[in-house]
Amino acid sequence: MQKHKVDQVGSLSVCSILNNPPAIDACRRYIETDLNRCFTDASLSVPLTDSSPCELRRAHELNSLLGPKGSEQAVDLLCDLHNTTSNMGICFIVDSLDWVSFHIAKYVQRKMPSSPVRLIHINVSPSEAYSVDSIAKHGFAIEVGPQPHGVLRADIYNMMKEAVDHSLEWLNKFNAGTTFEGEDVEAFVFEKSVDYPRDPETSDLMAAVHPKLQDNDFKLLQHGDPIFSLFTGETVNYEGEDLYPFFINECAYYEKRIAFHLARKKTITLPPISMKKD
Amino acid sequence: MSSYNNNSVRLNAATKVAVFGGTHGNEMSGVTLVNLWMKNSDEIQRKGLETKPFITNPKAVEKCTRYVDTDLNRAFTAENLSALGGKDLPYEVWRAQEINKMFGPKGSPDAYDVIFDLHNTTSKDYFNLQMMNYVKVRRHPQLRLEVGPQPQGVLRSNIFDSMRMIIKHALDFIELFNEGVEFPPCTVEVFRVLERVDYPRDANGNIIAMVHPNLQDCDWEPLNPGDPMFQTFDGKTIHYQGPGTVYPTFINEAAYYEKQQAFVTTKRETLVASAVKKS
Repeated sequence: MQKHKVDQVGSLSVCSILNNPPAIDACRRYIETDLNRCFTDASLSVPLTDSSPCELRRAHELNSLLGPKGSEQAVDLLCDLHNTTSNMGICFIVDSLDWVSFHIAKYVQRKMPSSPVRLIHINVSPSEAYSVDSIAKHGFAIEVGPQPHGVLRADIYNMMKEAVDHSLEWLNKFNAGTTFEGEDVEAFVFEKSVDYPRDPETSDLMAAVHPKLQDNDFKLLQHGDPIFSLFTGETVNYEGEDLYPFFINECAYYEKRIAFHLARKKTITLPPISMKKD
Repeated sequence: MSSYNNNSVRLNAATKVAVFGGTHGNEMSGVTLVNLWMKNSDEIQRKGLETKPFITNPKAVEKCTRYVDTDLNRAFTAENLSALGGKDLPYEVWRAQEINKMFGPKGSPDAYDVIFDLHNTTSKDYFNLQMMNYVKVRRHPQLRLEVGPQPQGVLRSNIFDSMRMIIKHALDFIELFNEGVEFPPCTVEVFRVLERVDYPRDANGNIIAMVHPNLQDCDWEPLNPGDPMFQTFDGKTIHYQGPGTVYPTFINEAAYYEKQQAFVTTKRETLVASAVKKS
């Protein structure tokens, strides 16, 4: 399996990398630990030992190759491709208030009007940012679902490919001197997570996501709406502020004790952006 | 009630029934249901029969993976069941031998009367009893119940509830049968498997195309010669070239990539099931 490859796309030198080859070979999310949680400043500075998980080693390698995180040598932009079992369509997930990433998301939204393209903002400090895209000067994840783990769906693949192509197009236009005008963009800002009801002694699940919530990512969840269906037949209703759920019933989050995330919808005003001229 | 004595098939009462979950450790509906029933099996008990819930592949369930060494649901061959080596055997081969001792031996009069083996699929398979209940009881006392679509490792409420309801009805049926109710003859539509179709691959065995969007999720719908079947990564369509219309199923099942199967083709048939009654 080819692990990485560099191509020229217009003005861009694009390096395509398979980040976790052993996990790909095993067709598993990870071998020892989730690679996409290994990029905090703390994790990247911990000395490696023989017992360090293989993903932590790989995180250090990727940081040398594409970073170091926070330095001038780091790559300009990193786009990390993900799928989810949740019905989220296409999502740009951005950690910091990165205007480049937000502008790209808005551009892709405009270019793909018949696809659901949304912007998710995880408000975390650069040192606490844990995902691989935080290594680069600018970075985001493109998350597309729903797709089961281990399955390749043509419709999901085609959406992701198109989103990546448009992102590269934006970058080439930027490098050619285009000014992208300031405008408002709607973003879903992460607020909190909700776990499944669990047995207090064994932590076993006691419920499944309610059919009225299942597949309704980004539809406003209001106080009193059903969220879980207990195995005994009763319904658990949501109590709290009206918020927007996403990552509803993502397979990989059962072990992280997350049934869904909740977000606040905000309008963010983007400044105009263009390349610095020397 | 009219009697079908002349044509009824007489069968013994089914008194030992098992419900298996976790034969594939990441198929969550069966795992969850069986775990529930192992804590409290009231819901699955019926008068006159003993129903035993059982997790067949606990190691795979713990890792939330289909299998640890080899597919348990392909492990019940005569060769495997008589292999020597005990715990040095691949985990699932050893496990198949244990299960055969507990619920078989396969082919013997001590074997359980009916086993329900609960599965999920990533394909849009709805629920798919391999054959109608009582035809299976007559010929093959093992029913594989496959419900989809559900991603591996995910528990969907609608799929979970469907499976639970199907088992409830199946057990009700067995109870009625054991009480002497005679079930009249009926016709059943079945889909008989024709062949497996693999993904287009390159010389190294890598997949070079995906199930076409027009075929994805169209399990049980007719696939005609000339219809789109696969889409290459650069967008070209590969068409179905078979001799006639087929009914594909298990379209894009995650676990079948390694078994060289993108989907299976079937043909539609009508079977006539005789009346059945307890002897």
